[in-house]
Amino acid sequence: MTTLLRETLTHSSIYMPTPARIVEVEQFTEVEKWFHLELPSGFTIAHKPGQFVEVSILGIGEAPISICSSPARSNGSFELCVRRVGKLTDALHRLDVGSMIAVRGPFGHGFPIDRFHGKDIIFIAGGLGLAPLRSLITEVLDERGKYGRVALLYGARTPNDFLFPADLAAWADREDVECHVTVDRPSEGWDGPVGVITTLLPKVKFPARNTVVAIVGPPVMYRFVLDELLAAGIAEGNIWLSFERQMKCGVGKCGHCQMHHIYTCQQGPVLSYAEVKNLEEALS
Amino acid sequence: MKILPKHSLKAWVERLRDTHRVVAPRETYGQYIFEEIENADDLVFDYHTSVLPPKKYLLPPREDLFAFNAKTMEMSPLIEEIQPTVIMALHTCDLHAITLLDKIQGTGHTDQHYQARRRKTTLVSIECLKPCMDHAFCKSMGTLAVPEGFDIHLTDLGDRYAVDIGSEQGEQLIEGLSLFWEPIEADYERVNQVMAGKWPNFDYRLDCDVTDLPDLLAASQDSALWDEVGDTCLACGQCTKVCPTCYCFDVLDEIDLKLEHGKRVRVWDSCLIEKFAVVAGGHNFRSSQARRLRHRFLRKGKYQFESYGLLGCVGCGRCALSCPAHITPIGLLNTLAERRRPATEEASSRS
Repeated sequence: MTTLLRETLTHSSIYMPTPARIVEVEQFTEVEKWFHLELPSGFTIAHKPGQFVEVSILGIGEAPISICSSPARSNGSFELCVRRVGKLTDALHRLDVGSMIAVRGPFGHGFPIDRFHGKDIIFIAGGLGLAPLRSLITEVLDERGKYGRVALLYGARTPNDFLFPADLAAWADREDVECHVTVDRPSEGWDGPVGVITTLLPKVKFPARNTVVAIVGPPVMYRFVLDELLAAGIAEGNIWLSFERQMKCGVGKCGHCQMHHIYTCQQGPVLSYAEVKNLEEALS
Repeated sequence: MKILPKHSLKAWVERLRDTHRVVAPRETYGQYIFEEIENADDLVFDYHTSVLPPKKYLLPPREDLFAFNAKTMEMSPLIEEIQPTVIMALHTCDLHAITLLDKIQGTGHTDQHYQARRRKTTLVSIECLKPCMDHAFCKSMGTLAVPEGFDIHLTDLGDRYAVDIGSEQGEQLIEGLSLFWEPIEADYERVNQVMAGKWPNFDYRLDCDVTDLPDLLAASQDSALWDEVGDTCLACGQCTKVCPTCYCFDVLDEIDLKLEHGKRVRVWDSCLIEKFAVVAGGHNFRSSQARRLRHRFLRKGKYQFESYGLLGCVGCGRCALSCPAHITPIGLLNTLAERRRPATEEASSRS
């Protein structure tokens, strides 16, 4: 007869999330919603711009989602902007204020903000890419004096697809930020630029030598934007990109997010072009 | 070192079964599988590679991560009942694989589920004295000997086993048992004789030095061979299931019909399966079979070496044996080495 000994964890599993409450919701577009979340008292997310959390709806599953709020303004709460694109995000969109979800994280490396100090900054956001970048933009604008010139280039599919409209309006009003937006397809009443995001680049004339670029957008955007930036002489190590991958665990174990030797969930999701330029699985 | 006379083996295993679940290779329809033995007579020490590697006892095919109540948001960590387990008669390649798993699961964020199982697992390995199957290439991979990683290591000396103790956990398995004898001078001589005699029984199968593997794979990233072999790969993922060092997983929620009580579980997954690298919206960063195959080989022969200092392949040959398309690591790696060689030789003759 074999003796049975029960082993229980004395500490929480790395795979077990913490409950979080939805305290505010705003519908940005038909498929994108913004959620303001609070953790139980005593817990903070303490993230860096560009990091993500694994969001759970118990019984549905888990998915990695970038934090879109500024760390300095978090104060025990944080914000997510979520596109309804799959099982988990579909379920999340059905939840109202007061509903509970669960989160793990933050995971990964965010933008290396220390390396942005004293530099001119170009933010380039495509579509939902504005969400992770907003976390960084807010942080930079909160400490505006530490940086040189700042520009934001933002492209959306149509004028109805702009995210964070209140922020966009506030940034556009600031004299110390150059804001340029474009749409792929205009709708009635739109008199702004029409075209892919690279058409906005000539509007920003920063000295390449002292410029850092932070880019978040759909995979197809990266190659075109990179070609332009490199042609303009921006250093490979000064171009920072955030990579979207399937991340089942967030802690470098499940293997889904691996691109070559890099576990995107741990060494990424933010990486410099210098680090990924030879990894074709990163950019295509 | 101690000595265990072969006629005492069963008595020892029966003693272990008082306190442990004893797992060992068992013959089933001509194949060998690691399974709990109910009788010391079931013990097989002379076996060709098991179908599944012993990793199934450390990273089960399906494992509960935590239980939850979706309504109240209560969550509790779950670790199944883990009995103290002795895995018997591990081949040296499998021992090397567990050493790698230990390193991976213990690096960075520690996986407590793995650790809990691992703490309760004692490893008894056996010196491989003759090749176990045609597809094995352990000698080339440097996994035909085990300097460490075992709790107890047995070497067949004919009518007795030499018993090397590798850890305190191993020491406890034989502590105070009169079944084990002190060795005499002749035992040491016999060990040396057996060990010296074993190496000629094995062939080097890899056409390059194992230390060159990361470079060979790096230089072969754009090889046409990936497409050629990728065309034959069926994307079944069998190779990853039987691999002793594969550990990728998928995460799923299971919930009752009332949508209240549920569990989050992880199940083995495979980078050879088409949807493995698909992201939200449907883009697949490894959309071709060739790229998935290349990823698997570079992961085993390059990335894991760079990240953990150990190669991800131990030369057990299980993937080759199980592949319905007859893709073998030796065939693939040797072809890469062969295609690289003329170019290198040409380059060196020019300089």
